[in-house]
Amino acid sequence: MISHVILRVLSKILIPLIMLFALYVQFHGDYGPGGGFQAGVIFGAGIILFALLFGLDEAKRAFPPRVLEILVASGVLLYGGVGIAAILAGGNFLDYDVLSHDPHHGQHLGILLVELGVGITVAAVMTTIFFTFAGRGRSDV
Amino acid sequence: MIDVIHLVLFTFLAVIAVAVIRLKDLFAGVMLMGIFSLLSASLFTVMDAVDVAFTEAAVGAGISTVLMLATIGLTESEEHPVHNRFKLLPLLAVLLTGSALIYATFDMPHYGDPNAPIHQHVAPHYLEETEHEIGVPNIVTAVLASYRGYDTWGETTVIFTACIAVMMLLGGHAVVERFRRRKIPDEEGIE
Repeated sequence: MISHVILRVLSKILIPLIMLFALYVQFHGDYGPGGGFQAGVIFGAGIILFALLFGLDEAKRAFPPRVLEILVASGVLLYGGVGIAAILAGGNFLDYDVLSHDPHHGQHLGILLVELGVGITVAAVMTTIFFTFAGRGRSDV
Repeated sequence: MIDVIHLVLFTFLAVIAVAVIRLKDLFAGVMLMGIFSLLSASLFTVMDAVDVAFTEAAVGAGISTVLMLATIGLTESEEHPVHNRFKLLPLLAVLLTGSALIYATFDMPHYGDPNAPIHQHVAPHYLEETEHEIGVPNIVTAVLASYRGYDTWGETTVIFTACIAVMMLLGGHAVVERFRRRKIPDEEGIE
């Protein structure tokens, strides 16, 4: 753990902003640049910054690896689930038109959910990979 | 003006690439790679590919730099190159492949050429019909998540697989330990 006061105080202010920005990129992807992948990476970077400054153990207490593992899988499942939901609603796999009464609403809903799935998976994967790298050689993972 | 910016950015890219190759100190090399990614992101921004620039800045300059530093922490930060004697055949192979690649670029369409094959196939359909078919202002998102939903689905699966692979390769001992610890309460329960 690093005891630099300036870095820790600044990062305490910055990390919530980074995560808020990630959520903005996530849900504003339909209108501006960005989307699930970018949002996930930015969110993961926020967690990694937290882990770098406050130590791996503190980060693992805030983001338990067990929960991250579930999130890694659930993002992919959400993406696939939208595809299956489209089949059940009478369309093709990942055909969002049929998800709602109006094709445009269906497309909006489908893109939102799919991007959310990508975002969850990417954020959890980036964090898990960093935790695995940083925790290598320690048995308390 | 934009050409000057291109030229400056490309020059910096080339300089940094050469510096990374020549450096023996891996820590400095990783830092230069981060700068390389940031410069690439600036180039993408100048080329109006903001989505790509976003990804490059976050992944290339951010996460991969941290992961490389973590790798250096696990190994060592000094490179020990093995000096072999001069070999003619590898040099010839590299020169031949390089010149073939450069020769191939003469056939490539100019940057931003509207008559390029890539802009003639499905791109016009995406540009014209996104508003009616998808109803999303950002065409990149529409292509990524809807028109090319299969591809993005595949990419997500690739990221998922990469995570599993890293966990199995690097977290092996920890994962085994955790399963061992999980079994202990059961054994106590039997007693």
